[in-house]
Amino acid sequence: MSGAATTPALAIADAVRRRERRAVEVVEEHLAAIAEVDGGLGCFLEVTADQARRRAAEVDAAVDAGRDPGPLAGVPVAVKDNLCTQGVPTTCASRILQGWHPPYDATVVTRLAGAGAVVVGKTNLDEFAMGSSTESSAFGPTRNPHDPERVPGGSSGGSAAAVAAGLAPLALGSDTGGSIRQPAALCGVVGMKPTYGTVSRYGLVAFASSLDQVGPFARSVADAAALYDAIAGHDPCDSTSLHQVPPACGPAVGSGVGGLRVGLVTELTEAEGVQADVRRRVAEAAEALASAGATVDPVSIPELRVALPAYYLLAPAEASSNLARYDGVRYGLRVDGDDVADMNARTREAGFGAEVKRRILLGTYALSAGYYDAYYGQAQRVRTLIIQAFRRAYEDFDVLLSATTPSTAFRLGEKVDDPLAMYLSDVCTIPTNLAGHPAMSVPFGTDGAGLPVGVQVLAPALGEAVMVAAAAVLEQAAPPTSLPTVAAPTLTGAGTGRGAATGGAR
Amino acid sequence: MARLARIALTEDELDRYAPQLASVLEHAAQVAALDTAGAAPTAHPFPLRNVLRPDEPRPSLDPQVVLAEAPAAEEGRFRVPRILGEAP
Amino acid sequence: MSAPDGWEAVIGLEVHCELRTRTKLFCGCRNAFGSEPNTNVCPVCLGLPGSLPVLNEAAVELAMRIGAALHCEIRPSVFHRKNYFYPDMPKDYQVSQYDEPINVDGYLDLPDGSRVGIVRAHIEEDTGKTSHVGETGRIHGAGHALVDYNRAGVPLVEIVSAPDITTAAQARLYAAELRAILVASGASDGRMEEGSMRVDANVSVRRVGDVRLGTRCEVKNLNSLRSLARAVDHEIERQVGVIESGGVVEQQTRHWDEDQGCTVALRSKEEAFDYRYFPEPDLVPLDPDAAWIERVRASLGPMPADRRAAVTALLGGGEPSDARSDQVATVVELGLDHLVTAAASAGVDPALALARTANEAAAAAEAARSVDPAAYAALLQMEQRQELSATQAKAVLAELMAGGGDPAQIAGRMGFEALAADSLAEVVAAVVAEHPDEWERFCGGEAKLAGFFTGHVMRRTQGKANGKAVAAELARLRG
Ligand SMILES: [Mg+2]
Ligand SMILES: [Zn+2]
Repeated sequence: MSGAATTPALAIADAVRRRERRAVEVVEEHLAAIAEVDGGLGCFLEVTADQARRRAAEVDAAVDAGRDPGPLAGVPVAVKDNLCTQGVPTTCASRILQGWHPPYDATVVTRLAGAGAVVVGKTNLDEFAMGSSTESSAFGPTRNPHDPERVPGGSSGGSAAAVAAGLAPLALGSDTGGSIRQPAALCGVVGMKPTYGTVSRYGLVAFASSLDQVGPFARSVADAAALYDAIAGHDPCDSTSLHQVPPACGPAVGSGVGGLRVGLVTELTEAEGVQADVRRRVAEAAEALASAGATVDPVSIPELRVALPAYYLLAPAEASSNLARYDGVRYGLRVDGDDVADMNARTREAGFGAEVKRRILLGTYALSAGYYDAYYGQAQRVRTLIIQAFRRAYEDFDVLLSATTPSTAFRLGEKVDDPLAMYLSDVCTIPTNLAGHPAMSVPFGTDGAGLPVGVQVLAPALGEAVMVAAAAVLEQAAPPTSLPTVAAPTLTGAGTGRGAATGGAR
Repeated sequence: MARLARIALTEDELDRYAPQLASVLEHAAQVAALDTAGAAPTAHPFPLRNVLRPDEPRPSLDPQVVLAEAPAAEEGRFRVPRILGEAP
Repeated sequence: MSAPDGWEAVIGLEVHCELRTRTKLFCGCRNAFGSEPNTNVCPVCLGLPGSLPVLNEAAVELAMRIGAALHCEIRPSVFHRKNYFYPDMPKDYQVSQYDEPINVDGYLDLPDGSRVGIVRAHIEEDTGKTSHVGETGRIHGAGHALVDYNRAGVPLVEIVSAPDITTAAQARLYAAELRAILVASGASDGRMEEGSMRVDANVSVRRVGDVRLGTRCEVKNLNSLRSLARAVDHEIERQVGVIESGGVVEQQTRHWDEDQGCTVALRSKEEAFDYRYFPEPDLVPLDPDAAWIERVRASLGPMPADRRAAVTALLGGGEPSDARSDQVATVVELGLDHLVTAAASAGVDPALALARTANEAAAAAEAARSVDPAAYAALLQMEQRQELSATQAKAVLAELMAGGGDPAQIAGRMGFEALAADSLAEVVAAVVAEHPDEWERFCGGEAKLAGFFTGHVMRRTQGKANGKAVAAELARLRG
């Protein structure tokens, strides 16, 4: 008998809605797995056990009363700790917000509840989502379940690792420059960054407002699609929320890629620094799509080469303004001072970590008088060039294919003191954020060391359905991979369905 | 920059961050050097316009809940150290 | 007072005006003055992490009304963030319009015939309120400060004039006229004492004939029209003094000290802030279509200048006296001129209608604005027909403003039965008989004794007698 920690989210919801399983049991199993495993992984900053139990009981009561709790009935979900949860600490993995209890829920958290899901806890991240390894968390790093000496990627490392380790079948993350897709790739799970504006940002603590987007993690494309469908949709509380009905992704799973035109992006795959193993996997993925009926051709989009430097002007600039409010006046940390300005400065010195300070300084510089035109203004124009370049590419292709990250999971500490090297791990993911387009990472085999490799499917704005269809084909065709070495007991050694059957320990 | 960003950096931090920022800015110089003539700046990926809400009151927060989060409060208000200088 | 001989001043005013919306600019909290501290706050206006702004349609519409009233071009606009740290600002940036404001390039005609250009009138959010607590209660030496965010996020329009103003008197006239326009357009209540209209003055001086502009100083904290005029005068004098004694005017922000009657330096240009403006990524551009702009322009009623002309025309004949002009300006500024018009067209003497409105009604302008014009006209008719004395009419008006109703019924309820003409004659005759000496002197030409007799008649009739009727009876008896 396989435990809930190995069961797909949709299977859990199906069983709970049919009254074949109880949401309270599902939650207990996951809480037990968290208790057993998470001490060594550090996925969670807060486990909301009591709330989860109460919520699960409500879901069961609804089923008993003949009501449908929703498409994610009883499914445990881990929520990145930069999403506001009413009365539950929300820290952004920063000392400056330690102990803050938001008086409101993020819209996506409300939508999760509306879909019958059960939040089991808040997951670790790079401080204020700034990073690619989850090492900049003020509360310690998260470790990769495939190799605890390696990073899970970031910034949504806690969510990615929790799903990989079977501590939750679903998780929410946020993606500003790759913060969902990069950790998904490094942890061997599915991660999706939706079209900007399809998922509400209300209650997502801002890093770079014009780039941030909330999205799902799951162990399968179908589960990720189901979570996306549950959280997407117009929100009047977010002025940048699109008014269009977002494309339903669930039905796209299994619709295949027959006749689909796929472009293999040279700049995001052949670029220097992309590991040979990763390139090989992307080539195999392209072949898999071709043999499933797609036509695959290489495409060069030279403009993407300047996406990374443009991003490292735009995102820090917005961040420097978004993070000004952490001043010790209204909430969070305060370090006293002689006068209010002194108090502000001391509080921010003590409350922010090195990476956050670096980016605030960088962003302050990019916006300052005399530099705005050369840096921020120019980066915005580059953004236009990238959007135009993608538009041209999508005249010839329905979706694009690339590596998700240049390398597989690197060692803890390897890049912490070299910001530029760290920034380069987002080189393949950043362009879609600048364009506002959707993209997702699907596990596709391993490197020579047995570490997961992710391939990225990119689509034009609101192209989620076709993106999911292609991702589902890749999932089916993916080479066998090993199970995480650190994982929920029910996950370790148990069959976990597709793509995880063989390989054994590395 | 540190003063503008209102962070009381230590000497040690200044020594450490300066070369790191320089290397990032050097990388960013690629952007500054690019010919972007004819490209309008993009502030938003999608050209939304006129997103408005009706002028209808909605419940405010309970002041007790609000002030419970304050590092210091007094007489229903947020307490801060003395303020030198007026707002710009 | 104008600039000293040989000197001229160049003055531009920046006026911040709070818009009369029900809710704040970006959230559903109430836009209300005088609530308990921190009761009109929510995640958005407190700048809590994760919160996002959504623009209030009514605020945009009122801003467009201001633009239309000031003959501005109403344009597509973009919100920017103005970044600086201050504890009354929840996000440590102010959302404001920067290089693409909604209204540009208008003008305002002053009653003295001059025209002042309007550079821009843009939308922005207000800050919270800080109170300094400590030994002196003032900024310097204060022990600590307390912050209330009820006002944070209240919608403002900042109106920037061209530097077309040359004297303190003209500055005052501009501010008064602008206030009248803001009230008339329905955009603001224009209450300077409550801070819903705040004025900053940019002042520089130069020698007459010099085309170059002098170095300007910005004077803040002008809480009344009187302070504005005094501060501008003082600042002109100060700057001329500095230059004439061989000094150089430094570009500064200065604070008007009402008690000391002088401006004091707050900071100089070297300490000027780098606001790091950039487009607010949480909001999208505003681009009102032609139909909306047209609707706003069409819905705008007559502006104060036209309305003053209309009331003046009622008075008939030539230039009105200064006192009359002041009364006209008052009723228009307070939005009470429709009461004068209603009464006049019901046959009431326009001078009486103007006087009652500019004095008694204006004293409770808020209440007076909701009075039924027909009832108001009926009341003044009763007074004119001498069915009510002036004192009685004022008492009835107070009731009418407090709770509405029919003036005749109110008068009845208050016991103001009109004194029949024959009984008034009896009372007057009795009073005259009781004071033969005074009567003789009155008949001998001591006109001021009319007051003496009227007082006695009033006392005997418990104030029911009509003053004019008493005077008429006295005149008749004297023959
Ligand atoms: Mg302003
Ligand atoms: Zn509010």
